[in-house]
Amino acid sequence: MSEVFVAERDVVIPGEKLADGMDFLPGENTYRDNSGIYSRVLGIVGLSGRVLKITPLAGPYVPRIGDRIIAKVFDITMSGWRVDTNTAYSALLNVRDATTRFIKKEEDLTQIIAIGEYVVVNITNVTSQNLIDVSMRGPDLCKVEGGRIMSINSMKVPRVIGKAGSMIQLLKEKTGCDITVGQNGLIWVRGTAEGEYKAERAIKFIEAKSHLDGLTERVQALLN
Amino acid sequence: MIIINTETIKGLAKDGKRMDLRGMLEYRSPISIDLDISFTAEGSAKVTMGDTVVIAGVKLSIEKTYGDTPDEGGITVNAELLPLSSSEYESGPPGIKAVELARVIDRGIRESKAIDLKKLCVKPGEKAWFITVDIISINDAGNLFDAAGLAALAALRTARFPVVDEKGVIDYKHKTDVKIPIVKEPLPVTVYKVNGQLMVDLTVAEEKAAESRLTVGCDAHGVISALQKGGTTPLSAVEIGHILDIAIEKSSFLRGVLDKFVKA
Amino acid sequence: MAYTQRLDGRKIDELRPMDAKAGVIPNAVGSAYFKIGNTLAYAAVYGPREIFPRFLANPKKGILRCHYGMMPFSGAGERVRPGGSRRSQEISMVIAAALEPVVDLSAFPNAVVDVYIDLPQTDAGTRCAAICAASIALADAGIPMRDMVSAVAMGQVDGTIVADLNYGEESYPAVVSDIPIAMIANTKEITLLQMDGEITKKDLMAALEMAKVATQKIYELQKKALKERFIRE
Repeated sequence: MSEVFVAERDVVIPGEKLADGMDFLPGENTYRDNSGIYSRVLGIVGLSGRVLKITPLAGPYVPRIGDRIIAKVFDITMSGWRVDTNTAYSALLNVRDATTRFIKKEEDLTQIIAIGEYVVVNITNVTSQNLIDVSMRGPDLCKVEGGRIMSINSMKVPRVIGKAGSMIQLLKEKTGCDITVGQNGLIWVRGTAEGEYKAERAIKFIEAKSHLDGLTERVQALLN
Repeated sequence: MIIINTETIKGLAKDGKRMDLRGMLEYRSPISIDLDISFTAEGSAKVTMGDTVVIAGVKLSIEKTYGDTPDEGGITVNAELLPLSSSEYESGPPGIKAVELARVIDRGIRESKAIDLKKLCVKPGEKAWFITVDIISINDAGNLFDAAGLAALAALRTARFPVVDEKGVIDYKHKTDVKIPIVKEPLPVTVYKVNGQLMVDLTVAEEKAAESRLTVGCDAHGVISALQKGGTTPLSAVEIGHILDIAIEKSSFLRGVLDKFVKA
Repeated sequence: MAYTQRLDGRKIDELRPMDAKAGVIPNAVGSAYFKIGNTLAYAAVYGPREIFPRFLANPKKGILRCHYGMMPFSGAGERVRPGGSRRSQEISMVIAAALEPVVDLSAFPNAVVDVYIDLPQTDAGTRCAAICAASIALADAGIPMRDMVSAVAMGQVDGTIVADLNYGEESYPAVVSDIPIAMIANTKEITLLQMDGEITKKDLMAALEMAKVATQKIYELQKKALKERFIRE
């Protein structure tokens, strides 16, 4: 006899028993111990057919190739910039990945990007030891100029973007801001001071209330 | 990761604006004070100012009097910026920021003679009460100076002397209803200069964008009892005049908060 | 005379009133407070982040580091000087060891997860309260964990096994054993076990049995504290 103890969209904690019996299968962020299936993270239950999975409500960002992130420059080397990725692992932005322009050997790199500045970059390589390479060459990749940077838990990034970008579109329309979301939880908002503040508040609201149903309607109400 | 928005903060400051749309001279709200947050302390308080949370605890002990002040007790202020309270703080002995915080609050209370130290004397030339105020950060979201000053005074106001038995041994488990002899109550107000403009109650990102600051301890009569200038940019005498006006006004605002939550 | 009536009138297996809350320190990635009787612990999690000094790094997985500290005014008597002591060093180590079996940091080689635990007031059972708070804070931070850990200070006072020893009982004028115990919620496996005093094997086994029930009650509160952050409105 198999039995499931949780319902779709329930909040569960690490170690919470989700189901018992071999009719169910452990999906993402769960594990099986004997016949039981347990959560291995604080999150929300998803049940698709016989597979149980948990969408985390919090957690550290894990760098992945192809992710667009926002990072802070903290050091300059002979060959480029070292950037803080908001994880335990810094990344390298090589000079040739920062600009298409020809850089002379003795050129002062701080004139291009200074320490303390933020960049919007793509992750191009991650090794098993989490050595990361990033590139600023590509559409919408650039140095951060103007506006404000804010940070949220990276697990909430999909909610800020919304289904097919619906939430971010709503935020942009209602606040008149340009918004660039990094997968590592850093967000660049630029518009008027009032618009930026409105966007910041709405994004913080999404971060805190992502577990609620009808999030888009709630954000809409907040922004009106 | 501590977020930096220095250029934006400076740009807004020039127009008299802030990231969170507060007025330049507006404190975050609400400010609240919780009392008796530590039953092991003789007095304690927790101040919440926006996201900033600071605890102050008062301990009392009987010690030998100092040779040069045989009829006085004493007061010391200590501060710890716990690594629990910010990713910027590390374990180990207090860094310069914690030392400065402790010294500034200490100056505001001890050097201003806010406590009647003579009343702490138990036996002249032998024994007197000594007060230690410990300030602990729980969440540093900026403006620790003002929050710490408020917490220290709230803790001192609520403190009660413990019972002392006939042999002179302190029974820390039982308190009398005797209060600490507070004669005046200076509260620190820190005014920062950001891109030439004056601002109070800064967030951490705003503090990082500031050029200089002046912490002013003021009592209920507007008497200035402690000053500390920080930052590497100079201030003109005219600016200092403005800062003092702001500090006197804001310390009376903070005193209103103190009175609301703590009986004098 | 046997210890039949507890100093504060509790039943022998009764815990003091408890309170717990998650997400109390906004700067941290996860945080909590946990209160049992008059013992109160705050816990904050930072990381995974780069480890210093670098030689501590483990290329296979991240390291869990705990830092236990009593605030200077938190002791029963005189002010305690701030800063590390041998006692706080050892307690920090056993707390990390108690939590390590459930925490999975394999995705974070060379990194560290720091858990800071500080207590503003204490009345015995501090390392247990610290473990309870830290476990909530780690879950709140979204750190992958096999399960929660719950801890309680068991004791034997003048021959009687009791749950959740308080300071009065710790210093009771008879033979007193202080037995802090931490258990993994589902399996009731033991991840912290210390004792000072003296006890027979039979009595210790009885204390472990009573601890299973006591830690289950604590676990229910930890779970409630975490879920309260996500109530449907």
